[in-house]
Amino acid sequence: MIAEAGLAALWLAAGLAAFQFILMIGALRSEVGLVRPMRSIAVVQGVLTAIAFAMLVLVFATTDLSVALVYENSHSAKPFIYKVAGTWGNHEGSMLLWVTILAAAGACLALFSRRTSEQTLVAALGSQAVLALGFYAFLLIASNPFARLKRPALEGLGLNPLLQDPGLAFHPPTLYIGYVGLSIAFSLAVGALLTDQVDNKLAQAMRPWVLAAWIFLTLGITAGSYWAYYELGWGGFWFWDPVENASLMPWLAATALLHSINVLAARGALKAWTMMLAVIAFSMSMVGTFLVRSGVLTSVHAFAIDPERGTFLLALLAIYVGAAFVLFALRGATLKEGAPFELVSRETGLVINNLLLSVILGIVFVGTLYPLFVEAVSGGKLSVGAPYFDAVAGPLALVLAVLVGVGPLLSWRRERRPVFKQLTIPGLLGVTALVITFIVAPMIAILPRLGMTVAAYLLAASILPLVGRNPLRAPLATWGMVIAHFGIAVSLAGMAMNAAFTEERLGVARPGDRLNVGPWTVEFADVTPTAGKNWTALEAKLRATRGQGLVILNPQTRFYSDPPTETNEAAIETFWNGQLYTVIGKSDENGGWQLRLWWKPFVTLIWAGGALIGLGGALALIGRLWRLRRRRRESAGWRQERYA
Amino acid sequence: MSRAVRFAPLVILLVLLAGLVWRLATPANPSITSKMTGKSVPAFALAAALPTKPGLASTDLASGHPRLVNFFASWCVPCIAEVQLLQQLKAQGVHIDGIAVRDRPEDVADFLARHGDPYERIGSDPQSRVQISLGSSGVPESFIIDGRGIIRYQHIGVIKDSDVSMILARLEQAK
Repeated sequence: MIAEAGLAALWLAAGLAAFQFILMIGALRSEVGLVRPMRSIAVVQGVLTAIAFAMLVLVFATTDLSVALVYENSHSAKPFIYKVAGTWGNHEGSMLLWVTILAAAGACLALFSRRTSEQTLVAALGSQAVLALGFYAFLLIASNPFARLKRPALEGLGLNPLLQDPGLAFHPPTLYIGYVGLSIAFSLAVGALLTDQVDNKLAQAMRPWVLAAWIFLTLGITAGSYWAYYELGWGGFWFWDPVENASLMPWLAATALLHSINVLAARGALKAWTMMLAVIAFSMSMVGTFLVRSGVLTSVHAFAIDPERGTFLLALLAIYVGAAFVLFALRGATLKEGAPFELVSRETGLVINNLLLSVILGIVFVGTLYPLFVEAVSGGKLSVGAPYFDAVAGPLALVLAVLVGVGPLLSWRRERRPVFKQLTIPGLLGVTALVITFIVAPMIAILPRLGMTVAAYLLAASILPLVGRNPLRAPLATWGMVIAHFGIAVSLAGMAMNAAFTEERLGVARPGDRLNVGPWTVEFADVTPTAGKNWTALEAKLRATRGQGLVILNPQTRFYSDPPTETNEAAIETFWNGQLYTVIGKSDENGGWQLRLWWKPFVTLIWAGGALIGLGGALALIGRLWRLRRRRRESAGWRQERYA
Repeated sequence: MSRAVRFAPLVILLVLLAGLVWRLATPANPSITSKMTGKSVPAFALAAALPTKPGLASTDLASGHPRLVNFFASWCVPCIAEVQLLQQLKAQGVHIDGIAVRDRPEDVADFLARHGDPYERIGSDPQSRVQISLGSSGVPESFIIDGRGIIRYQHIGVIKDSDVSMILARLEQAK
């Protein structure tokens, strides 16, 4: 019954979405006040979808093997948390999560949106409904998660062991909230273009939604990067894999949007550009979902290729993005740009920020899809990897990081203060760092060296907006910006030091042998068998020391039985100045074992920076919402006084 | 914003869609055609892997009729299945030579005694040098060499039942 209840809820939600869309057309044609019923419908639709998703979670939690999806992706011997997480560890379940977040976002828009005009809200809710409708159809027609088996199975086939990790429980939902949260910006932009009400009010209303989605996207990417780092056992944190790029592209677009929207909110300028970014950001989410789910690009993320589903998703992508771009092309001309600004001004700074982010986005986009187009045109096969992305996007990212220190110091319209004087100390810090890198490590590559230079500069420059004023009286949004920009410096420092100073040691060791990596001497003690709930493993014991103190590490090679798979569980020990990362591989016939050891100085800064960026976003969001609420209270008070 | 800029996203989208539609219509062929096909076999001379059989040199391959050169190893599990299939091919008149990769004579002898021996000559390639010069990176892999010593086809992975007719057709073409 549970599965049937979920399916029924999904059908009802689809029906309501269709009704919501029809109401929007009616409301826009006749200008009848339909905003109240539309709000209610959007909320009910969100609740119904949430019920459908809860039912699927329940089916997985109880391992109901009469449901085909559970049979294919779960197993009774799995730890409970992975049974639950298994709900979205497969195609159908993850698409249901996608549409659940989409409907929930629509419901939130209906519940909390107060600042957009009624007409724009009606159009935005209609757009959100039509987005959801397509994905309901996709689920109900091509990927029903609730389908039953004719005869219940006795045991499930199991979940890919790589996904049996706490990272899986949080990474996809976080990323999806980010991806799909951008749909609100998309719908508001479409709504405003339809009703011809693109103004600073719209930007102020849109900003918290973009910020919220962007926070989740940032945290999701950071978590995914760390998960790949420790779970895949390759010792890298970013591989420029198509699926990773699929999550990076919406982030780049959303970051650009986050900055341009400030110009629109404060100055009424960059109207067309901001609307375009709002459309592009969610379009990139859909492109990303399509690339991941259809399996058209070769990737380490081994998702099944299914042409029928791929075609369906591609049709949705074409319709939604195509319609939005057509609307933009037709209405873009009527948008009047707001107040003019001088060459040296915050507006210009943000325009440059946007241009650089867009170019980096273009680079990632082209690099990700280039192999596909080369094969389509000439039949040749090639792959685009880290060397291209690092060499092309790296220098631009560094230029951007330099400007991150400058932009927040500029004032709107025109610059009156001596900005560059303020940057003396950060500049000197950067130069000092550069000199130190030449003394300490004369042989490292240019990009990591410049990375460390820029990181040192930005660590200081990013906090300048709080200098020369009482920091406690600075708005929370300013604090958020400062912390996020500081996080960029921290992350950049981690990446640069990781690239410059990582030491790798690959060797064959017999019990008693010692290997050196970085400052560490690692003694290979022995290998013992061990077991977990649904796996057995060979576990090595490594004794690591650098002078004094002893650290024991236990990397494993795990064997899962359902489905039969072998994984390497790296053993990682974190210190204040880096991580010791160890992996054990195969044995040879002479009793030797392959060992891979890395010493990665300050590598944790990469993710610490990512977390700081997310935290900064959260502070800014709280600050914005706080201010909106206070303003609303004030205006309410004013009305009460006046009409008392 | 000028007209061109406003329509730019739409144009990019259409190009993207065209590419993706093409990909969905023609699913990716995961096999990569070797850069070595159409070229002559690089010169090599491998010592015999077994005392009872001759070794293999590149000159042996230009024998006037097409040959199948199979890279295998006693430590390679899929090779067990493949070597049995190769005997069926041999029974149909295919000339097959083997190259034992990173292997020891006693292990090769044991492997062939257990699972059968379809090979006319077996060279020993202890450091994978010849394997790499032919553009092969793992076992099992097989090459079809025509009578003049030119590589006509590279098969990556196990030759399965379903591949037999294709292999025979390619051998026929190489005549």
